[in-house]
Amino acid sequence: MLRIDALQAIYPDLEDCIVVTIMGAVAAELYSLGHRPNFFYLEHAMGLASSMGLGIALSMPEHQVVVLDGDGSLLMNLGTLSTMARYKPGNLLHIVFDNESLLSVGGFPTATSSGTNLADIARASGVPCVKESGTIQSFQVSVSEALKSKTLTTIVSKVEAISPNSFHMDLTLLENRFQFWRSLQVMRNQSKTRKTERNK
Amino acid sequence: MPVSVTNSKLIYEALKACDVKIMSALPETWLVHLIRMADDDPDVTLVRLAKEEEGIGISAGAHLAGVNSALLMQNHGFLAAINPIVSLAQLYKIPLLMLVSYRGYMGEKDPWQTQGGLATEPILRALNIPTWQLTSANDIYPRLKDAQTLAHASLLPVAVLLTRELMWED
Repeated sequence: MLRIDALQAIYPDLEDCIVVTIMGAVAAELYSLGHRPNFFYLEHAMGLASSMGLGIALSMPEHQVVVLDGDGSLLMNLGTLSTMARYKPGNLLHIVFDNESLLSVGGFPTATSSGTNLADIARASGVPCVKESGTIQSFQVSVSEALKSKTLTTIVSKVEAISPNSFHMDLTLLENRFQFWRSLQVMRNQSKTRKTERNK
Repeated sequence: MPVSVTNSKLIYEALKACDVKIMSALPETWLVHLIRMADDDPDVTLVRLAKEEEGIGISAGAHLAGVNSALLMQNHGFLAAINPIVSLAQLYKIPLLMLVSYRGYMGEKDPWQTQGGLATEPILRALNIPTWQLTSANDIYPRLKDAQTLAHASLLPVAVLLTRELMWED
């Protein structure tokens, strides 16, 4: 399975979610499918996309957060699985694209190429719902079920270690940061307004 | 345990006055009362971390989602979190209010804390992180408020060092 195809299949589901991605191929490919102000690309600090997602999910419990993680990044911060599992925000979906390599920095194999199983680690960490998907169709189904379930879910999806044609993104880090922050503010205000109208 | 309950309480009240809603923490002796207060407070989400690095990500997420947070960590936890402080908080202009227990400095009895004590201030200076030292109870409220104000105005991390004089009652 190609990561870009998997992303394309779930792109309609992501459009209205708060999305945090890791650096490299995942960021470039999501961006190439169409940037949105509610997408944040963490271009450094490897491992912390899921921690950021947790911070957002706890702060905005009425909004769905999706983290697009990778095997190399997750291996750098395995403790995040136990911390997410401890607080289990039902509005957090954690997707891990496992290409068994550090693709963006030379393609060296990670430990998932020699037997480490991230889905098993997620389960053993206490993540309430863990799924593995190897085909586009099962991936798409897993994502849409997870979004409906209101249960913290980790989906580990094996993908081929193929780079995008270009890693170029016409978006500066700070532009992305401030746009994302503003977009989350708008989302919060909209849900506040909806609440007030309901209570009238 | 001779950790000051009175001063821990003042620190906690000052954090509440700063409208802090999320506190991330990794237990350490000087922070026990603060962590318990956060745990008992229904208006605060205490996030118990596996490692301090995660706390930088959680605070970054909280800030981008419009929520004030604070990090409770030992200075060795600060040392463990340097990469994300630089390559998330400083790179992306994210304010952080870091309360750091200043172990390994004057009066420290635990030999294993001493090397980190020597490294703490030089590293804070090297990273250009504005730093208050809290040594007296009277400073707690204004200095925490000022630290948060600067963090939000500069959109950068600031550190408040919790010293032995404040936290420990021999």
